[in-house]
Amino acid sequence: MIDLALMIALACIALAVLLNLYRLLRGPTASDRILALDTMVINAIALIILFGIMEKTTVYFEAALLLAMVGFVGTVAYAKFLLRGDIVE
Amino acid sequence: MTAILDFIIAALIILGGAFALIGSWGLARLPSLMSRLHGPTKATTLGVGSCLIASMIYFPTHGLSWSAHELLITLFLFITAPIAANMIAKAYIHGRHVSGGRAEVNENPLPPPPHSGAEWATFGVPPSPKPDERAQD
Repeated sequence: MIDLALMIALACIALAVLLNLYRLLRGPTASDRILALDTMVINAIALIILFGIMEKTTVYFEAALLLAMVGFVGTVAYAKFLLRGDIVE
Repeated sequence: MTAILDFIIAALIILGGAFALIGSWGLARLPSLMSRLHGPTKATTLGVGSCLIASMIYFPTHGLSWSAHELLITLFLFITAPIAANMIAKAYIHGRHVSGGRAEVNENPLPPPPHSGAEWATFGVPPSPKPDERAQD
């Protein structure tokens, strides 16, 4: 039952990443693209967690933890660059 | 007992995938950025949150060691998601100021500021209420 649920959820998240990619390519403003990239990172975290459950190992959670930290820093850096024209002032 | 736990885990996993899909569907579908911000926040809190709860139940009940990674991921995501959304909204409002009267700006008006004479802050200085007194200082 868990295997079937994992397959369904992985398909849902793959579709979600495709929808994010559509918004990333379409725009129309730079803020939309930042938001699409941020959502892609979050969906990647969910994918890694589900993959870890499927493989019955917690090794991949390190990668999910790093993505949770670095994705936020990337989003804030993009937004800061749009706001101020510079990241570290 | 194991069957009930398996059912709960499967339900949480499907719920997580469904919320991730709904969030991204909202991101692709909604008309302006301020409404598009709603979708991915649900994907963050509910979607990833239920996946993490599922894995927190799954690993101890299937004879594997418990790890604190899920709690740390939850902590980071729940702290950073509102800050990231706030930064994106600020960058959007600032971009509207910079780009002026383009078509995209006129089609999606912002909600009115809290009182007349105020403006949504990006990095502007609020107007001082009594300019004469400031000149005397």
